[in-house]
Amino acid sequence: MEYLLLQVLNGVQLGLLMFLLAAGLTLTLGIMDLVNLAHGSLYMMGAYIAWTLIGLTDSFVLGALLALPAIFLLGVAVEIVVIRKLYARDHLTQVLATFGLILFFNELVRALWGPAGKSIAVPGFLNRTIEILPGVPYPAYRFAIIVVGALVAILLAWLVARTRLGMLIRAGASNRRMIGALGVNIELLFSLVFGLGAVFAGLAGLMSAPIASVRIGMGDDILILALVIIVIGGIGSIKGAFIAAMVVGQIDIVGRAFLPDILKTFMSSSAASGAAPAISQVMVYVLMAVVLVWRPTGLFGQRT
Amino acid sequence: MKNKLLGSAALAAVMAFGLPAVAQSPIKIGFVSTFSGPQAAIGEDMRRSVELAKEHLGGKMGGKPFEIIYEDDQFKPDVGKARSEKLVQQDKVNFIGGYIWSNVLLASYKPVVDEGDTILISANAGPSQIAGELCNKNFFSTSWQNDQTPMAMGEYLNTKGVKSLYLVGPNYAAGKDMLAGVKRTYKGKIVSEDFTKWPDQLDFSAELTKIAAAKPDGIFIFYPGAHGVQFVKQWAQSGLNKTVPLYQVFSIDAITLPQQGDLALGTLGAQEWVNDLPNEANKKYVADFKKKHGVYPSYYGAQSYDAIMLMASAAEALKGDLSNKDKVRAEMKKANFKSVRGDFKFGNNNFPIENFYIQETVKDPQGMMTVKTIATAVKDAVDPFAAKCPMK
Repeated sequence: MEYLLLQVLNGVQLGLLMFLLAAGLTLTLGIMDLVNLAHGSLYMMGAYIAWTLIGLTDSFVLGALLALPAIFLLGVAVEIVVIRKLYARDHLTQVLATFGLILFFNELVRALWGPAGKSIAVPGFLNRTIEILPGVPYPAYRFAIIVVGALVAILLAWLVARTRLGMLIRAGASNRRMIGALGVNIELLFSLVFGLGAVFAGLAGLMSAPIASVRIGMGDDILILALVIIVIGGIGSIKGAFIAAMVVGQIDIVGRAFLPDILKTFMSSSAASGAAPAISQVMVYVLMAVVLVWRPTGLFGQRT
Repeated sequence: MKNKLLGSAALAAVMAFGLPAVAQSPIKIGFVSTFSGPQAAIGEDMRRSVELAKEHLGGKMGGKPFEIIYEDDQFKPDVGKARSEKLVQQDKVNFIGGYIWSNVLLASYKPVVDEGDTILISANAGPSQIAGELCNKNFFSTSWQNDQTPMAMGEYLNTKGVKSLYLVGPNYAAGKDMLAGVKRTYKGKIVSEDFTKWPDQLDFSAELTKIAAAKPDGIFIFYPGAHGVQFVKQWAQSGLNKTVPLYQVFSIDAITLPQQGDLALGTLGAQEWVNDLPNEANKKYVADFKKKHGVYPSYYGAQSYDAIMLMASAAEALKGDLSNKDKVRAEMKKANFKSVRGDFKFGNNNFPIENFYIQETVKDPQGMMTVKTIATAVKDAVDPFAAKCPMK
């Protein structure tokens, strides 16, 4: 029972990190109609910028807090310099241009920080385990990710549902041309949304850094999963991205934690341990296919 | 008389211009490794060692200059194969060295060794297939067969009295060989054997939670490069470092230690080469490497250094004339050079018959993380697939 709880928590933690990444992606794709493959690069830049700032300030929390506005500025700069020219173009051009950005950022990081990975230590006050139930330890840092991720999700829900900016974002998601016609400064709105997406991606990157390591291309692998999540959740829907991220997080953990044992009931032990990672790898894509057959625009996508 | 004169003039001309031109056509060496992406640090360590070997040789093998053409496999089997084919067909290299990854080597293997003119020297990867039924006279290894290092670890765990072990590794050719290797020799109970997605899985929370629930006496892992960094960090953060010791192969080394830091202190691993092995060649290699780059070399580098030295030993013996491939192979088979691991012999399948050591992660007097030898696990080990190789 405790074991099950711990594995569910592992899934929630993974899901929340994925949600942070997917939230920015679904906003840019849903509102700005922009396919941004370079979202994973912002995730990577978040981690590298945080590594530098944490080194300078000698404090994880301070460095991380300073990194967020830096990432916001980076996001806005990228939007103004490159992304803004792509709105009028078709999706293929956007894919090519943002893929170019991935290569650019990977080489930039190699030039600035070198080819070897960097390491961010877990902040001292979180470098221990806490008892989530009496006698059931859980790494404090992973628990902190869950707390921060949940707070950001709530903040984002409030922002989208209750504020003027959120109203414009929702309006933009359903009809971009109309809000432009109503006199809303679309350029500013797009810059803000892109910067906001960059902040979420950067936050996910810097939070995952102490668990993983800071390295070139760290965002490229995870971007594919984020794309799957926004397709399952429905493009442009924050709620959809949240639910899909949670489901994908749990599926991933189930595949790794329980599938080998389930397979062992009817397969040889070595065949089962070999097949399990392969099967759990495709389960997420099977889920996406099923959702797309059932609801072609995703769970919470706009019906057209 | 006139003819004779012309003849000697021609001979003189050949001697004056022709022969030196032949002597100066350089020996060409291809080197395939990973120079971009998350595992680029390994390729860089190998390149540094290859360059150091070149320096120590004075840029010459058997009196001939040699050039090295580096190719990036991008950590992908298909790219590695294409790059290897380019080296064989376009550059017409005499030797190809390198190869970190078993899956990359397996993809590149046939196009190189079947060509007949190029000799392949693996400086790391040692898939079981190549040691066994797919063995080839054009292939040599300056590393090991994948199973051997974990087998040495298994032997050591038996003597240490570790009663149960939980195995975790990545789901690809080398991961399967490594976990099979430790099972060959380890006599205690295998609690479970988990394979993780390769190369994209970097979060091990589910596996660590399973290990915590299973309460084994030890964890055995194989996670090279960036993946080793993640596993060790997450193992320490989960609190398991206080209850379940970590035994590893290829997961804690000179490349990963700067990132793993204190978290890796005290962990034990097996290896055929350690930076403190007391032989002259090794002392020179490690000291010069440290002087040049300020860090310790890794076994990837040591094996690459040996690969170049092995090529040089054949070229020296043949005075730089590599045209007769049978002679080149016969010279290489002698392993007549000062290896940084100490002397070794080649087995029938051209894999080394060599010692394996147990190393502990420590801090050196300057506070730099490194590993030191604490025991010899096995002596003159022959890999378990040698018998399946039809070569004599």
